[in-house]
Amino acid sequence: MVSVAPHHEERPPRWSDRRVGILLGALVCGVLVVIAGMLVVVLHRAWPSFQHNGLAWFGPGGDVDEQIRQISLSGQSGTKDSDFTWTFHAWPLIWSTILITGGAVVIAFVTSLFVAVFAVEFAPPRMRAVLDPLIRLLASVPSVVYGLIGVLVITPFIGNHLISEGQKASVAFQIPLTGFSLLAAVLILTVMIAPLMIAIFSEGLRSVPQTWLEGSLALGVNRWRTFWKIAVRTARPALVAGTVLATARALGEAVMLAMVSGSVGFAPNPLDGLLFFVEPSRPLAATIISNSEDLSNPPMSSTLFAIASVLLVSAALLSLAGHLAKQPMKKYGVRS
Amino acid sequence: MSTVAPPVPPSAGDAPGPGEPPRAAHRDARESSSTWRLTDRIGLAICWALGLAFCAVTVAIVGFMLVQGARYVRPELLFSRPTAGFTQADTGGFLDPLIGTFLVSGIAIAIALPVGIAVAVWLSEYGRPYPLARSVESGVEMIAGTPSIVLALFGTLLFSHPALGFLSRTTDDGVVFGRSFFAAGAMLSLVALPLIVGATREGLQAIPGHVREASYGVGKTKAATIRRILLPTARPSIVTGTMLGIGRTIGDTAIIVILLGATLQMDSGDGPGGYNVLSGTGSTLTSYVYSNAPTGEGNQPEKAYAAAFVLLIIVLLLNVGVDVVRRRARKLS
Repeated sequence: MVSVAPHHEERPPRWSDRRVGILLGALVCGVLVVIAGMLVVVLHRAWPSFQHNGLAWFGPGGDVDEQIRQISLSGQSGTKDSDFTWTFHAWPLIWSTILITGGAVVIAFVTSLFVAVFAVEFAPPRMRAVLDPLIRLLASVPSVVYGLIGVLVITPFIGNHLISEGQKASVAFQIPLTGFSLLAAVLILTVMIAPLMIAIFSEGLRSVPQTWLEGSLALGVNRWRTFWKIAVRTARPALVAGTVLATARALGEAVMLAMVSGSVGFAPNPLDGLLFFVEPSRPLAATIISNSEDLSNPPMSSTLFAIASVLLVSAALLSLAGHLAKQPMKKYGVRS
Repeated sequence: MSTVAPPVPPSAGDAPGPGEPPRAAHRDARESSSTWRLTDRIGLAICWALGLAFCAVTVAIVGFMLVQGARYVRPELLFSRPTAGFTQADTGGFLDPLIGTFLVSGIAIAIALPVGIAVAVWLSEYGRPYPLARSVESGVEMIAGTPSIVLALFGTLLFSHPALGFLSRTTDDGVVFGRSFFAAGAMLSLVALPLIVGATREGLQAIPGHVREASYGVGKTKAATIRRILLPTARPSIVTGTMLGIGRTIGDTAIIVILLGATLQMDSGDGPGGYNVLSGTGSTLTSYVYSNAPTGEGNQPEKAYAAAFVLLIIVLLLNVGVDVVRRRARKLS
C-alpha cells in the first residue's frame, strides 16, 4: 500500500497547503477556548453563592422562594458586598429536578426500548414506513409546544378530574393544588424525551449485524428471544448514548417545566400518599428562567449562576458516566 | 390485528417487499408465537401495546395541534405586527416573531455552519496533535449536553462586556444591554454546532480512503482534496446536519427569552439600516408561544395555538427536507 502522504517525501508541502491545516487548527482551538471560557466564567460567577452557603447550598432548610425574594431585595437595595443576603438552600429545587428528570427518564427508557424493538423488528412493513418519520417529527417538536399542550390540556384535566375539592382544601394552607404538578411535568417530559431515545435506540438496533440474528434463529431460538437477547444486548452502547442524551435534555429543560411544574419552591413529599403526584414543585432550570429578569442584581445573578453551574457539572458528569459505561460494552457492541 | 401474534397467514412465508432489506421479520414469517414460552409472548404483547400506544399518542398530539391551528390561524395573523391590547381580537398577529425566528436562526447557522464544517474537517482529516483532538471531541460533546439555559446565562455575561457593546445597545452611562439578535444568534450557534460537526464528520468518515489516495495520486494537495473532493461528497450529510441544527435553533426558547428580550415588537438599536435591527431586541415564535400561554404575560391561548401551529409546520417542512436529502443521497451512493 502506498503511503497516504499528500506530498513528495523530499519536498515540504506548499505553504498554501500547510496554511489550511494551521488555520483550521487555530479555529478549532478558538472553539475550545470558548467552551473552556464558558466553564470558567460560569463557575467563577457562581462562586460567591457557594462560598457564602457552603455545602448547605445543596441542603434543605427554610422556604426557598422566600430566600430568593430576600436575595433579590438585598441586591436591589444594597450596593456593596456586605449588604447582600446570600442564604440559599436549594434542596427543594434539586429534589424536584431529581424526581421529574428521574421519573421521566425511567418511564421513557422502558417505553422507548419496547417501541424501538417494535419499530425495528416486529411492526408490519407498512407501519414501519410510517413510524420512522413520525418518531423523527416528534423528536423535533419544540419543547414550548409540549408546554402549551401541557398547560392547556393536561394540567386542567388533572386539576379538575384527578384532585378532589377535599384534597385541595386539606392542604390549602400550605400549597395550592391546581393541576400544575409533578405528574403533569413527568408525563409531558416523558413524551418529549421518548422520541429522542427511540430514534437513537432504533438506529443502534438496526446496525446489529444481520448474520448474528440469523445464527440465533438457525439454532431454533424464537424471534422474540433472538431479538431481545442478541440485538438489544449488542445495541447496549446505543442504549447508553440515547439515555445520556435524553437525560441531558430533560435536566436542562427549562421553559416547558416552568410552564407545567407549578413554579413553587416546594419539595413534594412521598409520605403524602397519592397527593405526592399532584404536588407542585419547580426544578433547577425552570428557577433560572423564572428569575431571569433579575440577572443584573449581583447576589441574584450569582445564585442563578450557581444553579447553572450545578446543571453544567451534572451534564458533564452524565456524559462522562455514559462514556465510562460504554467502555466495557465496546468489545461486542455495535458503534453507538 | 391481534396484539399477540403478528398477523401472518401460514402460507405467506416468503417475499420481503421490494427494496426492503430482508429482516428476520420476513424470513421466518411462518413462525407463530403460539408455540413460544409465556414470557416471550408477554414481551411481544407489551411490544405491540406500547408501539400502538406510541402511535396513538403521536397522532393525538399532532392531530390536536393541527385542529387547534386550523381553528385559530388566519392569514392576516402572519402579516400583522403584534400590538398591546385587552382582548385577543385587537392584539395583532405575529409578523415580528416570524421574522425574528428566521433572523435568529439565520445568524446562528451563518456562524455554526462554517465553524462546524471546519471543526469536523480538522477532526477527521488532520486530528493532530492527538490530545487536542480528544479534548475538542469532548468539548463538542460537552456543548451538546449543556442545557441551553446555561448557554443563555453565559451569553448575558459575554455580550454585556464593554468590548462587545457594539453588538447590542449601550446606555448613556456605558452599561451594555447585552441582548440582541447577534447575542441570541451567537449562542444558538453553539446549540447547532454539535449537530453539524457530528453529521459532517460522519459524512467525511464514510468516504473510503482510496478516494483520498486517488486525489493525491493525481497531484492534488490535501487542501484541494478537501475542498474539491471530500466536502462535495459529504454534502448530503452536511445538509442533513444543518437542517437538524436549524430545527434545534428554531425550537429553542430559553436562549430567546433571556438573550433576545422576547419583546412584543422588534425593537431596533442605533446604527445603519439592517445593523440596527440585528443589534436590537425582538422575539421568535417560541417566545411568542411562551409569553402567550396561560402561564405567560400575554395569556392569549388562541394566539399561542396559532403560533405553535405555524412553528409545527416549519418543523414539519424541515423534516421533509431532511428526508428528501437523505433519500437522494441514498439513491446516489
